[in-house]
Amino acid sequence: MSTPSDRLYTKTHEWIQVSGGDAVIGLTEFAVHAIKDIVFLELPAVGKALEQGKPFGVIESVKAVFDLNAPLGGAVSGVNQAVADDFSALANDPYNKGWLVKVSGAAGDKGQLLDAAAYDKFCAEEQH
Amino acid sequence: MKSTPLNAWHRAHGASMVDFGGWDMPVAYGPIGPEHLATRQGAGLFDIGHMGQVLVEGAGAEAYLQKITTNDVAALGDGRMQYSLLPNDRGGLHDDIIVTRRCEGKYYVVVNASNTDADFAWMKSKAPHGVSVRLWEGQTLLAVQGPKAQALLQPLVDSDLDSLKYYHLRSEELQGHLVLISRSGYTGEDGFEISLPEAAAPALWEALVAAGAVPVGLGARNTLRLEAAYPLYGHEIDASTTPYEAGLGWVVKPAKGEFTGRGPMLLAKEAPARRLAGFKLIDKGVARDGYAVLDADGKPIGRVTSGAPSPSLDNACIGLAYLPPDLARPGAVIHIDVRGRSLKAEVVKTPFVSSNVRKNTPA
Repeated sequence: MSTPSDRLYTKTHEWIQVSGGDAVIGLTEFAVHAIKDIVFLELPAVGKALEQGKPFGVIESVKAVFDLNAPLGGAVSGVNQAVADDFSALANDPYNKGWLVKVSGAAGDKGQLLDAAAYDKFCAEEQH
Repeated sequence: MKSTPLNAWHRAHGASMVDFGGWDMPVAYGPIGPEHLATRQGAGLFDIGHMGQVLVEGAGAEAYLQKITTNDVAALGDGRMQYSLLPNDRGGLHDDIIVTRRCEGKYYVVVNASNTDADFAWMKSKAPHGVSVRLWEGQTLLAVQGPKAQALLQPLVDSDLDSLKYYHLRSEELQGHLVLISRSGYTGEDGFEISLPEAAAPALWEALVAAGAVPVGLGARNTLRLEAAYPLYGHEIDASTTPYEAGLGWVVKPAKGEFTGRGPMLLAKEAPARRLAGFKLIDKGVARDGYAVLDADGKPIGRVTSGAPSPSLDNACIGLAYLPPDLARPGAVIHIDVRGRSLKAEVVKTPFVSSNVRKNTPA
């Protein structure tokens, strides 16, 4: 597994790719692998305001419910409906086809986010 | 934490582990769905060494078990098993158990992991002089379940397994050890449970895996039993639930005479305040244990006891819930509060998936 270096990560395993005020948010391969059987994905509607660090959606496995937390604040400008209908893109390609939401006006404290190297280190520690 | 003799195997094979009733047990070795479906279509292999095994012996053993359980122990012949309940004085339940009569004055009782210590203390406190109640130390349990279970197990034993009927148990020699094999389980499939010395478990496990049985963790064990609508202690039944509201009236035999909790149990039968029923979500989502059932005005009227996506039903969400009696009928529409969203569900008949356990032909 290689963690793309063109984006930032949370300790709750979301990624965010920011370009200007726009951003794309998704879930990391580590998280997708840990959740295993994804059975339900609840994503916000376009226009919904995101607050940094707060839940914006839910992902469920056979066994448990996990919150999706916003890496930065902003307003939802797009939702990947294809992933909500068919989880295989999220399971197989979480960093590209498996993106979850697009955000406009992305803002917040980037100091709380990790770069790819720091995130990999964090995951390695979490596994132990 | 306690561990079974297969703990090292589970860890070496990538299982995610969980504390279940004080035992370090595997949830799954990979995704839960394939383990579940392997059991429905082939054979699943389960480490159930966390279950408590209790030996009850003595001339008064039958009379004693009649007093502390709800089912009719006198109806058991040698080598016969019986699903039963261990009630408290208020007609609620300490546990659900399986009582097996080995021979006159010798019984073998299997209890739930999380209740073993409390059950054992309760059983001991009720035992009269001359009845010995002891934990079977050094013994563990495995289960092999599914349409191919018999074919996988048969080459390891001399006798013809086909002659072993549902809910019957007998001793067998297996890989040089004396073991107890029963046709029973917790999946809704045909299959066997094997009680054996701890030291014998790893070799049997390896042999069954080599023969094609798929190791299955507690995650799929739960979805399998839920599809079969088997109760799980701590969910459908507990110290405050009576057997009738839980749909377990068939294991209560008041005609046998006095037993613990009989009076309160029969009172509760007259006017049940709630009934356990199966539901299927109509809206998309997952209704999980503890979620509230709502009426049309959003008022709480019941509670989900178990809920999960059903791997056999394309991950449609199924569950069991306590409902007002008038709503506990197939076709009724209920609403469930799923983290603030009111999702529509339909009450359905259980089991959710048709049972494939062996039907005994009348003797």
